[in-house]
Amino acid sequence: MAADQAETPSEYVNHHMTHLRVGHGFWTFHIDTLAMSAALAAFVAWLLWLAARRAQNDRHPTGIVAFIEFVYEWIDTEVSAIYHGNRKFLTALAVTLFTWIVTMNAMDLLPLDVPGKVAGSLGAQFWRVLPTADINGTAAMAVFVLILVIATGVRAKGVGGYLHEWIASPFGAHPLLWIPNAVLNLIELVAKPVSLAMRLFGNMFAGELIFMLIALLGLSVTRVSGSGLALIAFQVVLGSIWAVFHILIVLLQAFIFMVLPIVYISMAEEHH
Amino acid sequence: MDAHTVIQGCTALAIGLIIGLGAAGACIGIGIMASKFLEAGARQPELVPMLQTKMFLAMGLIDAAFLIGVGLAMFFAYANPLLSGH
Repeated sequence: MAADQAETPSEYVNHHMTHLRVGHGFWTFHIDTLAMSAALAAFVAWLLWLAARRAQNDRHPTGIVAFIEFVYEWIDTEVSAIYHGNRKFLTALAVTLFTWIVTMNAMDLLPLDVPGKVAGSLGAQFWRVLPTADINGTAAMAVFVLILVIATGVRAKGVGGYLHEWIASPFGAHPLLWIPNAVLNLIELVAKPVSLAMRLFGNMFAGELIFMLIALLGLSVTRVSGSGLALIAFQVVLGSIWAVFHILIVLLQAFIFMVLPIVYISMAEEHH
Repeated sequence: MDAHTVIQGCTALAIGLIIGLGAAGACIGIGIMASKFLEAGARQPELVPMLQTKMFLAMGLIDAAFLIGVGLAMFFAYANPLLSGH
């Protein structure tokens, strides 16, 4: 990093905030988001498959099987508290969401410049490791949740029943109330995935940015001196404190992104 | 003062307001929620595990708008679109 000492804090932050892009305009693809989320999904799927394969019924579980079983049972308990029907699909959905989002969020705890150096040696100029700090990543998952909510509503009530509920609830079936009902239902339907995406994105983006600002404390050291060493020590202390707090945020936001879609899907099956 | 300086000054004030007011709202909200949780725990200790899960869920929801605001404020601090857009 000695050659980059000339860059200003703004340039450092902007460099770390740029995605690896392909295409332009509407058809821009963030290759780093796509690659990281796909790789982490494959890793999580492999881990869960490994635990399922090693699970035996005749002896008590050990090691990775015990850990995965603990996570699965905890998530199953959470889902059973929210949804009181056949929860096979919902538990699978919840386990997928939680494990995948935890691994994606946990990428934030890697040292800040390491992924850039690794990607740079492979030829990429930018590489942002956090797929959930990209609004496209979280919005994609939220769109999928929206599709699931609509599909659940249609499956539970039929297409006609679902559309009737759009114009009949919450006020009543009188024709004059059709437009207020539809507006309210539309707002409610759109607010769910938008808030899901923005909540996860905001938390992860802010966390990543604060890591960068803490790293900038070390950038301001130009030569080894008393105040320079103090700044480096201060940076390490601050970074550790923020990393520990961020572990809580990582788990909490993944938990919220898991629980809220389950709540929305179970609400979509209710009849009014 | 030219427009560039004015925009930078106003953006700095805006960043402070976004983060400060957001933090005030989030902290007061979480404080009220946590106090209710402790009160309920003191009344019925057997409900504490169940309430704790719901408390964490609510805490994440309350923090959400504040952290979105922090993200936006940081974005304005480093890549201010108002400066280049004119």
